[in-house]
Amino acid sequence: MNYPVVKGAGYALIQASGMLVHYGTTQTTEGRVNPESEHLQKLPGHLRSFEAAVKYPPNQTYIGNITPDGLSNIPRPWYENPINDADRNGKYGEIMPEDEFIGLMKIVDIFDLVVLEEKFQASVKEKLAAHPILAGINKFENMDKNISAIDEIKKMTDEHLALPLYFEGKLVGCVKKAHEFDDALSAHVMFENLVAKASAVFALKLLLAKSGLDKEDIDYIIECSEEACGDMNQRGGGNFAKSIGEICGCINATGSDTRSFCAGPAHALVEAAALVQAGVYKNVVVLAGGCTAKLGMNSKEHVKKGMPALEDMLGAFAVHIGENDGINPVIRTDAVGRHRIGSGASPQAVMTAIVTDPLDGIGYKITDVDRYAPEMQNPEITEPAGAGDVPQANYKMIAALAVKRGEIAKADMLNTVSSFGMPGFAPTQGHIPSGVPFIGPARDMILSGKINRAMVIGKGSLFLGRLTNLFDGVSFLIEKNPGTIDTGFDKELVRKMIGEAMSDFAKSFSAE
Amino acid sequence: MDLENQARIKELTEKYGKDDLIVVLGGAEAEASGLAAETVSTGDPTFAGPLSGVSLGLKAYHVFELKDQVNADVYDEQISMMEMVLDIDEIVNEVKTYRK
Amino acid sequence: MLEGKKVAILGDRDGIPGPAIEECVKTAGAEVVFSTTECFV
Repeated sequence: MNYPVVKGAGYALIQASGMLVHYGTTQTTEGRVNPESEHLQKLPGHLRSFEAAVKYPPNQTYIGNITPDGLSNIPRPWYENPINDADRNGKYGEIMPEDEFIGLMKIVDIFDLVVLEEKFQASVKEKLAAHPILAGINKFENMDKNISAIDEIKKMTDEHLALPLYFEGKLVGCVKKAHEFDDALSAHVMFENLVAKASAVFALKLLLAKSGLDKEDIDYIIECSEEACGDMNQRGGGNFAKSIGEICGCINATGSDTRSFCAGPAHALVEAAALVQAGVYKNVVVLAGGCTAKLGMNSKEHVKKGMPALEDMLGAFAVHIGENDGINPVIRTDAVGRHRIGSGASPQAVMTAIVTDPLDGIGYKITDVDRYAPEMQNPEITEPAGAGDVPQANYKMIAALAVKRGEIAKADMLNTVSSFGMPGFAPTQGHIPSGVPFIGPARDMILSGKINRAMVIGKGSLFLGRLTNLFDGVSFLIEKNPGTIDTGFDKELVRKMIGEAMSDFAKSFSAE
Repeated sequence: MDLENQARIKELTEKYGKDDLIVVLGGAEAEASGLAAETVSTGDPTFAGPLSGVSLGLKAYHVFELKDQVNADVYDEQISMMEMVLDIDEIVNEVKTYRK
Repeated sequence: MLEGKKVAILGDRDGIPGPAIEECVKTAGAEVVFSTTECFV
């Protein structure tokens, strides 16, 4: 059988302090219920510089300059142990500052909604024109369009016709609403959607540059963020995927959007693997941009505890799934885990459905998997907020399941956790930490022979949508390529079939 | 604690009274569980939600504390694995402090 | 203690989710009047 393979991965981070302060829902909610809040007054004093964000070890891990194992050797708190010679460019991706990103939002905006102040636009245009990956991007000419004076921008935002954009505390532009009274096209929705689009475009451009994939070879794009694009008659109509591919010049691709809260990327990767294995498409890219609403989600606790507001990063990724090349790690499509509607909500039911059911199907034990990549949230962000170390809790659940199944002794639980676990290093951007940040490192570790297989796990809180109390979870195995390509011609099978046919013929002949 | 959930708990207390209504928590961490227990008893300490400055006086228990009252097979199926994962003593001690 | 009482459940996605707690408290004779699950990530 020819399994599909993981051909490459690109990862982008964008530092977005202005968006954290003004559009993170923790801050917008606080502003609504308690406008004089101490938190809102103190928060600006806890923002970090772009340099500090670049030097932050988990961010360096996300873009591939440090391995997850390397990160576990750096003492915590990581924000007090910066990588001093860190670079914004990484093996798999890049960390971008907010001003350049606002410029990128303008480039990807085909409806003239993003309006920037004249000097800001000129300075950002210069930076992006010199950017090694973004220079010459489709629609770069948008950087010469609808230049505005700050008074005009202020007038539009004061009259609630547009949402203000800030850089380093200063008003630099706005996102206009796209319809007079359609809530699905409000300035706020358009802002969130343009952020998701622009950050996904960046991740796809990074994937193309880092992996050498030709943009015109992409057949299909699956976008799997948690935003909804549409208008009042079809609020989630879509299609982020094609809009992203259009900017990146993927003229031969079509695409669609897949949603399942934080489990979206795992679903999308399974879909991509299936499409490639079935021969429908040769090259599929799964991607997602970042989410402004979650910026600074736990910042109240960070501020209270005297920490930097670490949730200032938008995350994005793009993964290329292609046909078996005999080299790259395969996705075992015969070992896909899924939380079924009837699986039940208890943690053991969930973990059984996602982890052990698929392993049982191909005769593997829990400990046969070298690494598990569940929700890779950075614990330095979640622990101070009382949400614990999420990946560590997942590892303990997997190990506890191994104890319950009699695969390991209870006394060995912690050793087992450290053998297949890794520290979380992804920003708390919902779908972004959900297993996918490890695909780049896993591919390298498998190619170099360090590990043989890893399980990627996505979990989603469907109940937050208030349509169901169900949970969601999907998993799949990535494994070392056996090094052979199935050409579809099996000599042995043909010999056997001819033998059987001749024997049948002989039998029917003798019966007559 | 989620603002909508605070509103729901407030409504339910008005409907059933504080003596008949018990809150059962499933928190993964002592701090978050304690925060929820505090919110439903003495009010929202973060002053973010409808229970800010509202002392409902509800008693909250973590589900780990109710093990003896629950059918053993059901508890085993639904909860037992998490006994190996979470820090039961720390969580229970924290939740208890808000019932005094 | 739970027998005949009304119960409001605040589950945790990374701890014990609401529906799992529901199954448990029902066996103790309580009536579940509200069940939800919170998500901190």
